[in-house]
Formats: sequence, C-alpha cells, structure tokens
Amino acid sequence: MNKRIYERPLLRKVVEGIPNKFGSLKRLRPISTIDNVEIDSLIEEYGSPVFVLSEKTIRDTYKNAYRAFSTRYPKVQFAWSYKTNYLDAVCRIFHQEGAWAEVVSGFEYEKAIDNNIPGNKIIFNGPDKSEEDLVKAINNKSLIHIDHFDELYMILSLMDQLKERPQVAIRVNMDTGIIPQWDRFGFNYENGEAWNAINRILSSKKMDFIGLHVHIGTYITISKPYAVAIEKLAALANKTYNRFQKSIGYIDVGGGFASQNTLQGAYMPATDTTPSFDDYAHAITTAMTAADFPNNETPMLILETGRALIDDAGWLAGTIMANKRLADGRRSMVIDAGVNLMFTSFWYDYEIYPVHESSYQSEPTTIYGPLCMNIDIVRKNIDFPMLNKGDHFVIKRVGAYTMTQWMQFITYRPNIVLIDQNEKVHLIRKQENKEVFRRQELVPDYLQN
Amino acid sequence: MSKLNSLAISDNGFIFKPSTGESFTTNEIGLMIINLLKEGKSADEIISVITEEFDIDAISAGRDLYEYLDFLKREKMLD
Repeated sequence: MNKRIYERPLLRKVVEGIPNKFGSLKRLRPISTIDNVEIDSLIEEYGSPVFVLSEKTIRDTYKNAYRAFSTRYPKVQFAWSYKTNYLDAVCRIFHQEGAWAEVVSGFEYEKAIDNNIPGNKIIFNGPDKSEEDLVKAINNKSLIHIDHFDELYMILSLMDQLKERPQVAIRVNMDTGIIPQWDRFGFNYENGEAWNAINRILSSKKMDFIGLHVHIGTYITISKPYAVAIEKLAALANKTYNRFQKSIGYIDVGGGFASQNTLQGAYMPATDTTPSFDDYAHAITTAMTAADFPNNETPMLILETGRALIDDAGWLAGTIMANKRLADGRRSMVIDAGVNLMFTSFWYDYEIYPVHESSYQSEPTTIYGPLCMNIDIVRKNIDFPMLNKGDHFVIKRVGAYTMTQWMQFITYRPNIVLIDQNEKVHLIRKQENKEVFRRQELVPDYLQN
Repeated sequence: MSKLNSLAISDNGFIFKPSTGESFTTNEIGLMIINLLKEGKSADEIISVITEEFDIDAISAGRDLYEYLDFLKREKMLD
C-alpha cells in the first residue's frame, strides 16, 4: 500500500493585524526540472549542491538583448563582461553569439585569449593593469580603456620599446543623477579631468584615441541616466573633434542593467519593476541618435551588459540539511549552500523553490547556509513550505557574480554543469577536492614531521 | 487532557481557545495528534499510528511529535 505524503504537524496562532500588502499568500509551486532535466537526477549524478546553467536561456537572452538594440541603432556591439561569469563554456557561448570580450584584469585577459578572441576584440577595462598586461594588450591591438593618469603615463613610457600604436579610450565618470555617483573609476567629466586626459593622449601623437567609455553604476533600474551619460560623451566627442579634427569610433556605455532578482528592502518584486532590454535600448539609442556627433558620423555603440544577460540562466540546486526552531519560536532551515557560493545573497532576496510538492502548509522561515558563521543567511524571512531534511531545493537566477565571487571557506566549491540546447548535461567545472588545495600549498622542511 | 477537551476544534483544523479568546490553525497531522491525545494515547502509540499511515520513519515522526507537543504546552493547551 502506498503511504500518504507526510507533512510535519503545525500549529499557528491566528494573529489579527494589517493585511499583507500583497494579499493572501500564494502557494510556492515546486520546480522539478531545468530545461526538462530532472533536478533530482542532476543532484544524484553531480552531487549537492550543484550549479546548473542553461545554454538555451543564455542564447535566448542574448538574442533578445541584441535584437532590442540592433533594431534601433545601426552599429551595435556587445562585449561579454568576463567578471560576471568567466567560465570558459559560458564565455564561448556569448562569443559564438557575436559578443567580444570585456576584461578587467590580466587573469581575465588571458582567459579571453585562451577563448580564441582576437586581441582587437578584447576591451581591457579596470584600474588594475600591470606593465606586463599593458604590453600584451598594446601588441595585440586590444582596446585599452584608461582608468587613471598613472596608467596613461605608463603607456606613454612604454612607447619607446614597442612598435604597435596603443588603441586607447578613456573611461569617463560623471553626474547622471544616479546616487551614489561612481567616481572612483575613470576621469571625471564635470571637473575637466576627462578633457585633460584626452588632450594628453592626442597631443602625445603616440596613441590612437578610438573611443569613450562610461559605466554609470550597477543594477540601474531606470534607463534615463544612460541618456544623460550619452549626451555628455557626445559633447566631449565634439570638443575633441573641434580641437584635434579627430572623431571617435565608439561610445561604450558599459553595463549596469538590472536583472530580475529583487534587491533586499525593495518594495516591489524586481520582476515587476526592472526595465526590459527594450526600455534600456529605447533610452540609449534615442540618445545616441539625438546626440550631435562630429561630421554626422554614427559611432559604434558598445554594451558590456553582464548581470542581465546571465542571471536568469543560472540555477543552484541543493539539499535541506536541517530544520530548527529559533529562540523566539520562528522556524529556520539549514541548506547546503550559503554565502560562500552566493555572495550575492547579501543584497538579493533570491527566489528559492522546493523541487517536489511535500507540504501544503508554509511558515515564515529564515534560511541559513551551512557555514559556521552567523552572517551566512540566504533568506532572512520567506514564507516557505515545510520541507524535511534531505529534500531538495532550487534557487533561481544565480548566473551572475556567484561563480566568480564565490569563496572557498571551510569547504570545496561544487560542480557546475551546463544543459545544452539538446538537453544534454555537460560538466563544465569540476568540484574541488583536497588535491586541488594540496597542489597549491607548501610545507617548509622543518614542519614536515 | 482536560485542557485539550476545553478547546473548540473544527474538522479542518481551526482551534478556538475560549479561556483566552485566542485562535489557532493546525494541519491534518496536527489535528490527528490532538485527537489521539484526547483519546489518551501515549507518544509511542501516536508515532506508530503516524508511521503506519504516512511515509515517514519513526525517528523523524517522533522528533516532529515532541516539537508539536512542546508548541501545545507553550500555548497552554497541554499540561
């Protein structure tokens, strides 16, 4: 005889008060497959927890973003933001779709080269470029986005030893109405620093000044500031043309588009408030078209969108380790994935789902990760079904910044698998083990015994 | 068991406590436990009823039962 599904006994006090602003709670529907692959079978084969990436979602999202921009502006180029997710398999999918590489360190630059990206399709951003990195980037004719004067002078000092002319742009920071204003990267527009940098570059006659770059911030939920930024860059482009008769080849508006993950403290869920690619594209391309660029030229529009392109494609499946009652009687749950894998849960309210229907009741729950650390909280307060130890869960939209910002604290980082377009599963990063760490560590002779 | 008998309990798990005016809800298993307690069943007997009917082992059912009994005691529905 088949026994009935067990649900833990529950006693809940009926409390009078102000109704919840969203009305009565909806039952959390389980998610048991990703691209038609059973989550249980993924955990069985690849262990728990396991990151799962959907190639179909990556390609669909990219195509949607590219369509939104390319149908509104003639010259559009995406550059895949390596720091958002630099797994080679992920980068190669974006490159196959036509994206260049956008890197911010020597490490990422090496990855882009290994992913067979030609040097002149690598954008080198960031404040951390060593002399060795710059020599490599200059020789490969990569697009160097200069961040500060010390970098500019370092490039100038290298000119005597190198044959190639550096292909440079400057990163410009400015007031676009966004708070906080990001002013730690690049040269400021309002105080004239950006203009000084352009003067220094062009008067040296040793570099090709090819573009202007701006990155106004991250998780920008309104599209208007991008239009403000483009107006200011167009003014800078005109000033450059008037003085040096030099027109720029591209405007790079960076990234910063929000994904559909809800920020902690947000009043409405991000699925209701995040602008679509079409909203961003409309604001940006309208500003590009309206801006009066020198000679009526149309500079190429470069986008370094990361988060909004990959977040939806990533999932994290895992297992419930324990249920507990806190001192005040509230329910808590310990799962086998915490802030070590999702650094991002410090600012996102991640959507987490049971893999199977196991309970028709839900309770306000705090979800903790497995670390022996008080701050390891995945969700502070979520109305969650009463799952049992050993049950599986899956977390949605974990594609961005998790697999690059994760930390190796007290445990190994798990397997990452990719479900291809034919729903076949591929292991794309192996789980770490003690050998990985043994290889890196050295014990001095006197401590050998 | 007298305290449990003083509660007004509906068939779908709504509990009214006349002594304080408080209301509670419980689920199917919670209701089953209360009814078994009212019949004077011991904890071990209740566990065996649950494990016979539901897909759960005795250790887990026992853990949840004692937690539930603790809730009832905290709300002063049980001695």
